[in-house]
Amino acid sequence: MSLPPFTYAEIEERLDDMFVEANEDLISHLTNFDIQTQDTLLELISKAASTNSGLAYQLCLRLERAIALMEIDTIELWLDQAIDAFDNKGLYSSIEVLDQLESVAHHAKQKLTGIAFEEVCNMLEHFVIGLNGRKLNIEIGKKCYTDTETIFVPNMLNQFSEKDDNFQLYKCMVVNLWAQNWFGTWRQDLTELFSTYENPQQAQDWFHVLETIRLDYKIKDELPGIHRQMQRLCKLSNHQSIEETANSIKPHTITVHSTLEDTLSLLEQLHHLPAPELHSYAASIDANEVAITREARLIKEKDLFRNVIAHIVDEKKQQSDNDDTENSADSEEHKITAEEIPDPNMPEGFTYQLELDGDPVEPPEGVESLISSIIQDLGEIPDDYLVAAGDGNYKILQDENKIDNSNVWAGTYHEEGAFLHKEWDFRRQRYKKNWCALREVDITPGSTKFIDETINKYSGLIKNLRRTFEILRGEDKILKKQPYGDDIDIDALVEAYADTASGMEMSENIFTKMHKEERNIAVIFMVDMSGSTKGWINDAERESLVLLCEALETLGDRYAIYGFTGNTRKRCEVYPVKTFDDAYDQKTKGRISNITPQDYTRLGVFIRHFNQMFETVEAKTKILITLSDGKPEDYDGYRGEYGIEDTRVALLESRQQGVHPFCITIDKEGRDYLKTMYGTASYVVIDDVSQLPLKVADIYRNITS
Amino acid sequence: MNDQARALKPEEYYIDDEPYYESVGSEIDIFLAAYKQQIPVLLKGPTGCGKTRFMEHMAWRLKKPLITVSCHDDLTASDLVGRFLISGGETQWIDGPLARAVRHGAICYLDEVVEARKDTTVVIHPLADDRRVLPMEKVGELLEATEDFCLAMSYNPGYQSVLKDLKQSTRQRFVALEFDYPAAELETRIIKTEADIEQSLAERLVKFAHMTRNLKGSGLEEGASTRLLVHAGKLISTGISPVDACHSCIAQALTDDVEMLAAINELSSSLF
Repeated sequence: MSLPPFTYAEIEERLDDMFVEANEDLISHLTNFDIQTQDTLLELISKAASTNSGLAYQLCLRLERAIALMEIDTIELWLDQAIDAFDNKGLYSSIEVLDQLESVAHHAKQKLTGIAFEEVCNMLEHFVIGLNGRKLNIEIGKKCYTDTETIFVPNMLNQFSEKDDNFQLYKCMVVNLWAQNWFGTWRQDLTELFSTYENPQQAQDWFHVLETIRLDYKIKDELPGIHRQMQRLCKLSNHQSIEETANSIKPHTITVHSTLEDTLSLLEQLHHLPAPELHSYAASIDANEVAITREARLIKEKDLFRNVIAHIVDEKKQQSDNDDTENSADSEEHKITAEEIPDPNMPEGFTYQLELDGDPVEPPEGVESLISSIIQDLGEIPDDYLVAAGDGNYKILQDENKIDNSNVWAGTYHEEGAFLHKEWDFRRQRYKKNWCALREVDITPGSTKFIDETINKYSGLIKNLRRTFEILRGEDKILKKQPYGDDIDIDALVEAYADTASGMEMSENIFTKMHKEERNIAVIFMVDMSGSTKGWINDAERESLVLLCEALETLGDRYAIYGFTGNTRKRCEVYPVKTFDDAYDQKTKGRISNITPQDYTRLGVFIRHFNQMFETVEAKTKILITLSDGKPEDYDGYRGEYGIEDTRVALLESRQQGVHPFCITIDKEGRDYLKTMYGTASYVVIDDVSQLPLKVADIYRNITS
Repeated sequence: MNDQARALKPEEYYIDDEPYYESVGSEIDIFLAAYKQQIPVLLKGPTGCGKTRFMEHMAWRLKKPLITVSCHDDLTASDLVGRFLISGGETQWIDGPLARAVRHGAICYLDEVVEARKDTTVVIHPLADDRRVLPMEKVGELLEATEDFCLAMSYNPGYQSVLKDLKQSTRQRFVALEFDYPAAELETRIIKTEADIEQSLAERLVKFAHMTRNLKGSGLEEGASTRLLVHAGKLISTGISPVDACHSCIAQALTDDVEMLAAINELSSSLF
């Protein structure tokens, strides 16, 4: 028996609870549904409201129409897209997505055969990287084009009745746009050129047609498999193929060897005629967008390249200064040249090798891709690129390039140089991609007075700790009676002979083998540096670290210590107190002394960061220990269930990766949420802060032996 | 095909037929010079780029037996030097592969030497400098190497891990030869010869390899090695379609990630 549907008043009340203002029409419309549907729809509104109240309001405005057009599942998909847009670009952009309601509904009708961008985006990204050239991002766009750094494609394709055909269409679009970048469609700024024609739009259309023809030849030559697909798609949609289009154009002078210049000279002859239509895989072009992106890149890459040159020359100068101190008088000028060398993997069949005074030089890392990108833009390395950036200039640029970690708010949402991590949103039951920006910030070593005091204060305990930890240390063990080993086990041999003499079979186990029990443990301590630790909690934390370090030095386990704190998702910071490679020396001690309380505790992002760090560490046992004083909490809504759920999911990721998470906390209420987050056996609550230093080393010993 | 496999003592393993090897730079000359000067050689390079083939080729050139030891993390010093075994109520000393190589003037090739335990790699130290002796503590002997003996080892610096790195004291005893995947033209020739396929097909395979190498660091740990290309080429020459061969020989060998596999397969189907 099902419950009666919600009444008008009840719906209004629920909406009020979410602080959502809905019009009367919508509410009365909602009363027409059964209770399950009502509930689902209200959940959707609440999901939107949890993101942004403006978004929820906009959703309500369109919901009635959406219900008329779409199934509930599709409405959810539609809303998810809007929320994504909100996350990335803000409310305005999410409203744009909501406005695409009709087209989403239309697509949804054919969804069974269509393919959504989400399903293929990762694969397509790998695919394009494989194809070669400058890294191209793939994103959803209103139309399908490239700005030479990003390829924009529709969020869904359903032109064909077979899913695979739609996928092939995606692929062909992407290849076509990649080819524009790779085979030099954008070697010139074309906006001005188009504007010299009486009908710029028509000229641009013609340019698109001619370039597509030229690229079609190239693709046929380089990627015949894709070319076959393109032809097949044309046939499927009863559209003439590019070849047929090409043949219908008179004069038709494009061949596989044609370049952009050939296209442009042909454009000269054809621009006044109406341009033929192309199949949708040929995408479109946007010369203005390209011009903006390209110009910015040209400036940036020229600077970068000239800096590389300056760097190479500098190194050479230093070297020769060292070599002949006596002959320092003849400070000759060094000359960098770029020699063409054949490379069949480049569109023109060559790349450049940098030569210093005629000798080839090994370019610094990343320069190869820089050269490749410059060739893609210009077809060559122009001579003015080969001039070393002047001394002053060089320095300024270097400073600019250096990311100033303390100045993250200088640009709006400045994410350059930060690690981007995802975050789990339990309300949406999915990840927010690249949600948190995390930086590693250096911590300046302070005086080691605190450390010395601690060592004095606990000197007895430290001795004791060392002794107990020594027992844990790996030892060489001689295994006896082995079938195979380094030496003969005389006892076993005598026994074996006795056995043989008494008529039994001789045992094979007569060797000894050295077995080294190695403790192969790597552990990261993440120390809460949130504001709430201010005062004696912070002292206790630091004291614990000192005792731990003292103990761990005897044990020989690899360990790293990081402090963490944050203020909203854009400003998460970890402070490397001791990395795996650092020794426990004065500097490290100084950094421990200088651990100071700062902002908030956004746990999830840090756990993910350390998970990533653990990927590069090879150890049998990997342990992530959190020293904390409370719940995960941050300024921008990262609290309560949201924070706990995100942390829980991050810890699940740890376990999947083979990292054992463990939490030591002094939050007496910790028992309530730690069990959800860490599981029953993976946390310890210490009731008395002063006990923390005494307990931490002990706990460590327990969990690692 | 009915013949039984031939059983050989390691020191009798001479390579009679010239192993196919295309020289990339001056590595053959350097190796010969180092051999003449009795300096051991270290081969660095990614997997499947021809290190082992190079050793076979050099063994053939020098007409010396080649004793290869594949190192693993349980390899002890006794595994290299030798040990006592019991036979008929008496102990009997059995030379390990390294001692055999020294005794018989062979080439000893320690493959993937970083995999061996660090204490193991130390036993080669006296052999690897101008002393050229192998101490055999258990029998109380020093085995002095003849002019013919040659020590070579390989390692892949690509696996960057703190644990798997060669000690400075070891690596500084060697002449190092760096190997990498050959340039496109040469690689094409190698595949064409090894797999006996057409030039154009070999070119496509090399192109495909470059596509996968572009993906290194963006989801793939390593790109396709020359060895994988040869495998794919060989299958193609027996009639398997290029797309299927690339799928089985290359894509599946490179990754288990579903999306990455799909992307690699799409790349190969674009090319063929």
